[in-house]
Amino acid sequence: MTEIGSPVAQAPSPSPAEASQFDTTSTRKQSQVILRRFMRHKAAVFGVVLLVLLVLFAFLGGAIWKYSYTDLGFKRYLPPSADHPFGTDRLGADMVAQLIRGTQFSLQIAVVVAVLSTIIGVVLGALAGYLKGWVDTVISRFIDLLLVIPSLVIAAVLVRNSFVVSVAGNGGKSNWMIVALYMGLIGWLSIARVIRGMVLSLREKEFVEAARALGASTFRIVFRHILPNTVDVIIVNATLAIAQAVLLEAALSFLGLGVQSPDTSLGLMISLNKNELTLHPWLFFTTFVFIVLISLSVNFIGDGLRDAFDPRQKRVKA
Amino acid sequence: MFRYIIRRLLISIPLLIVASFLCFGLVNAMGDPLGEWKLQKPRTPAEIAAAYERTGYNKPFMERYVDWAGDFVTGDWGESVVPGNAGKPVKEELINAFGTTLRLILVAEVIALLLGVGVGVVGAVRQYSIFDYTATGISFAMFSMPLFCVALVLKAGGIQFNNWLESIGAERWLTMAGPPGEGFSGGFIDQVYQYSGAFILPTICLVVIQFALYSRFQRASMLDTLNADYVRTAQAKGISESRAIFKHAFRNALIPIVTVSSLNIGAQFGGAVITETVFGWSGMGKFLVDAITDLEPYQVLGFMMVTAVFIIVFNLIADVMYAFLDPRIRLD
Repeated sequence: MTEIGSPVAQAPSPSPAEASQFDTTSTRKQSQVILRRFMRHKAAVFGVVLLVLLVLFAFLGGAIWKYSYTDLGFKRYLPPSADHPFGTDRLGADMVAQLIRGTQFSLQIAVVVAVLSTIIGVVLGALAGYLKGWVDTVISRFIDLLLVIPSLVIAAVLVRNSFVVSVAGNGGKSNWMIVALYMGLIGWLSIARVIRGMVLSLREKEFVEAARALGASTFRIVFRHILPNTVDVIIVNATLAIAQAVLLEAALSFLGLGVQSPDTSLGLMISLNKNELTLHPWLFFTTFVFIVLISLSVNFIGDGLRDAFDPRQKRVKA
Repeated sequence: MFRYIIRRLLISIPLLIVASFLCFGLVNAMGDPLGEWKLQKPRTPAEIAAAYERTGYNKPFMERYVDWAGDFVTGDWGESVVPGNAGKPVKEELINAFGTTLRLILVAEVIALLLGVGVGVVGAVRQYSIFDYTATGISFAMFSMPLFCVALVLKAGGIQFNNWLESIGAERWLTMAGPPGEGFSGGFIDQVYQYSGAFILPTICLVVIQFALYSRFQRASMLDTLNADYVRTAQAKGISESRAIFKHAFRNALIPIVTVSSLNIGAQFGGAVITETVFGWSGMGKFLVDAITDLEPYQVLGFMMVTAVFIIVFNLIADVMYAFLDPRIRLD
């Protein structure tokens, strides 16, 4: 890869035609700089490719693959073969079809969790940090409260009373959304604390004072002036929240507090297959690999983004 | 400093009151703990009335809460409500569970911290070396695995290993049914054999996850300090490389990990739910899951009070340590 923008590469001074091929740092937008840095982070690019493949697998796989997850007529516990690359499960369903559906639900849940927890965390964290005073006290004490109350208790209440919210219309039985909402409502604490801390210091900066002097409203100052300065932290946290959500959902399913039939998820699949580990290992390990692939790809992307946003990092020159 | 600590502890008292009230409400919202018992077989109205009378569940919600709170501050933490659990006192059960969890997490936490800090520092000092890439790769992989799968794989591997031991005529070593019993007496070698067999798998399981967290964190903060201006200044003045790394960079790089680990340890007193479930340790995590399954209100409340105190205290320790290690920070 050519080291564009490095002074050595440009000497001796190029002719005007050549010069136009070289962007100098000053003519590049910040977003381009970040994108370039990100593209040079090999693990992150690998993560993006992997994640795109997984998304395609989950959302288009069902249309392409020859079997549907509802086909149950096969021989039970078939080991992997050409016809069934991942074998069949205890009900005689094709594992590829099951994995397509499981990945789909797991990704859906993870995205809802990441979006929800990021929005709640950023808004509450920014309000607490900017307004200080009683707003800060209330929000901070509320965070303390949620830290202290065991989250499994909250999960159990919602799962047992899952008629409270009914979505997808199939008789109110679909519950992946409830699990996702629950995880989102619990998962915003750390991002809120981080954003609060950042806003506390940003609000004292001169540009905020300038905006205030010009008569900008609180809403405008927070959302147009302060929060754009925290966007790197927000994006990295939201990315990592996806990986955490996939793992947390798996743990909740293992404890019987996660997604339940007729919905499914990778976590539910693996906890249903947990006793097959020695006798029919493909049932366990295929699901396991899919969970690891999702969270690994997202973690790589998050790491790449963090490096790309960090102006001090020296690894990849912009 | 002293006044700060006292004030923080005083603020947490209303927090505990509100939290216990909310928690009681949540457990209540889960359902009637006697509901299942009533349906197990036909019960006479007199039986049912007696059961409700015995557990105090005939009283309204607020009254039950006030009763519990009054008893709690005098040291009576209530009893199990579900008849199947035969009125077991919550306090004794919690103390047992706590002891079990404590033994499990202390060892694991020490190993994870030492390993994590060591690997993180070496990874930062030798950035982009083979060691760094390997360590980063391993911690990423560990970070991306669902813990209960790791635990299940370890358990299955442990069973295989035991079978192999038997096949060569040795005794089974690894056990997956909690810590060795109290009444065990044998030679010193036997004791070591038993204890190591019981601890090794759950400890690996806990270390895997904690190590990934600590090593990533330590590497990042060590890189921050290694690239800081004051370290470069020190090097420019001509101090040795090792002195720059250990005296200047390392000491400051420990500040964030102290905060992270003390918050983390505080949260861990709630028990390692998954590790305990898989390896049959009846610690705090298992206690909570069982209490929730049985809808036991006083068990859940007792659990919450114990873990809440640890979370609050370790949060406070984190802040105090932070101020202690970094003199620029003033607590007020």
